[in-house]
Amino acid sequence: MNAPQTVAADIWTVAGRTFSSRLIVGTGKYKSFEENAAAVEASGAEIVTVAVRRVNIADPSQPMLTDFIDPKTITYLPNTAGCFSADEAIRTLRLAREAGGWNLVKLEVLGEAKTLYPDMRETLKATEALVKEGFEPMVYCVDDPIAAKQLEQAGAVAIMPLGAPIGSGLGIQNRVTIRLIVEGANVPVLVDAGVGTASDAAVAMELGCDGVLMNTAIAEAKDPVMMARAMKSAVEAGRMAYLSGRMGKRRYADPSSPLAGLI
Amino acid sequence: MTETAQKVTISISVNGEVRPVRPGMSIADMLEAIGLNPRKVAVEQNLEVVPRSTFGEVMVSEGDRFEIVHFVGGG
Repeated sequence: MNAPQTVAADIWTVAGRTFSSRLIVGTGKYKSFEENAAAVEASGAEIVTVAVRRVNIADPSQPMLTDFIDPKTITYLPNTAGCFSADEAIRTLRLAREAGGWNLVKLEVLGEAKTLYPDMRETLKATEALVKEGFEPMVYCVDDPIAAKQLEQAGAVAIMPLGAPIGSGLGIQNRVTIRLIVEGANVPVLVDAGVGTASDAAVAMELGCDGVLMNTAIAEAKDPVMMARAMKSAVEAGRMAYLSGRMGKRRYADPSSPLAGLI
Repeated sequence: MTETAQKVTISISVNGEVRPVRPGMSIADMLEAIGLNPRKVAVEQNLEVVPRSTFGEVMVSEGDRFEIVHFVGGG
């Protein structure tokens, strides 16, 4: 069996929806809609995150994201970025559901502007309320295995721990907690936030995550389209490495060439 | 439009801005007047989401506060 075919068949499912790409990309911070659309295409992503904001009523003819990235072919995952309370997040997602017509959403309730760390008390409260209203929330959270379990019990359809602060590009800071979350979860786990370059995405996938969500790492690269391609490869490489079962680690060297027959 | 009709307006708030509009408008009429495609936006009227299927029937009243949103780039 050759490896690329294995990956092509390596689908994952969230809230009953099946995807083959394990890379979710954001649509913020791009220089233009054209560049954004080209990066999404190069990334192979089937899901993009979007924000919900007021329309510009002074200039209603301005181009819209939906004119460049077709919600019929790419799944829009509306987020609650910028919300600092459960109530704000719920209000935002009720509007998002009406705008998009679907229940799959990304919940993030932030605790403070400096770190953009999630407020887990509000996040849990919002998750419970959203599930009661029929939403299917994928939830941005701290890299805490207990918080992850609580979110899953509350009905989160995916657990999305941060690898590092949003937009920081610092990479996966705590591999132990990400692995513990993956091992304890019965819903998909995706690292959301903190990825800076391709190797960070590969690390997340090697830890057994079901996917990776990123925005800034692609959007702020000097060549976003090439970075999108790199991230696609990294997610696939990391996934294959995880599935293939890596070698054990040794404390010292072990020669690869036979010792027998030395001249 | 007659002189009387031009004078009689009601005041509503749309995305935080106060706007005079003519009375007797539905939400669909309001969106058309602003120049928005109803299929691309969601509307909240006094903190309640208005289902798109009812845009033609729900009326705009004096003092209503509207939020009209759409999807923009985000992470």
